[in-house]
Amino acid sequence: MTETPLIGEYSSSPDGTALDGARIGVVTFPGTLDDRDAARAVRLGGGTAVPLWHADDTLSDVDAVVIPGGFSYGDYLRAGAISRFAPLMSRITEAATADSGSPLPVLGICNGFQILTEAHLLPGSMIKNDHLKFRCADQVLRVENTSTAWTSQFTQDELITVPLKNQDGQYVADEDTLTRLEGEGLVAFRYVGSNPNGSRHDIAGVTNARGNVVGLMPHPEHAVEAGYGSDDSTGMRNGTDGLTVFTSIISSLAGSHSEGGAL
Amino acid sequence: MPRIVVEVMPKPEILDPQGKAIASALPHLGFQDFSAVRQGKRFELSVDGEVTDEALAQARKAAEEMLSNPVIEDVVDVRVEDA
Repeated sequence: MTETPLIGEYSSSPDGTALDGARIGVVTFPGTLDDRDAARAVRLGGGTAVPLWHADDTLSDVDAVVIPGGFSYGDYLRAGAISRFAPLMSRITEAATADSGSPLPVLGICNGFQILTEAHLLPGSMIKNDHLKFRCADQVLRVENTSTAWTSQFTQDELITVPLKNQDGQYVADEDTLTRLEGEGLVAFRYVGSNPNGSRHDIAGVTNARGNVVGLMPHPEHAVEAGYGSDDSTGMRNGTDGLTVFTSIISSLAGSHSEGGAL
Repeated sequence: MPRIVVEVMPKPEILDPQGKAIASALPHLGFQDFSAVRQGKRFELSVDGEVTDEALAQARKAAEEMLSNPVIEDVVDVRVEDA
């Protein structure tokens, strides 16, 4: 089924076919909720969304992977703890940590971020919000690292608004890890205004040192289309700040392809 | 049937939001004597036959690598119990 954007024409990139070739895998586990939104965000960003099933043992030649939010395996044991052992996660971990010059870009959103910490692809962990409530609200974030594969199209310290919705969203890590994250500039997104869940250092999202693996608790894929995004100054639900995450990965892939001469 | 019991607790330096909520609810039911609560997890691993050293070693490994997350939790006990 073809999904038609309600605003604008996103079906092809203006400068040729290079960007249209980007294949972004979107992983579905039992209990994943936001895979369709993530796939739509990939398409609106100019990529081709490739559905990946947790039990698959192949990455189907995708150029990057999004692990969306939800409650994989019902959050049994700990959020993300069971998903880590899925066959597809082994392939993703191998490709994301490969020694090659272009390791697989991986984005974990919400439960996807929790899965990436459980898989040791990103440091730290998430525990229940300090107020114990499920929080669902628009959230202002500051983009503090624009050199990752998923944030390259933002400007440094750009303020964006995207929805936040979780119960286990309190980011925790030991002091040594927090010092390293701050010192090496690995905090990708930080909460601005009030801290919504007690996260250490107001951290909303982090990146690995190579910038290919990024995780965040808020939901950029829910703010990609006017009419269905966050509230902004132009009107209710008009915010599309999250779309830049998905145009960033297309741009980053196009850059690495042209450098490698693959296209 | 013997079983191996694994107990996991949140690290002392990690604020335990669930324990805190329980602690604040206790006085409402008339339980006044407790100043703090921490909530952990107990796993019961059943074994067919005797618990061998090998099974106990596997339980310890599983406790460290899967049943707990060392970033936020400590394995506080792994022991054999007769059911």
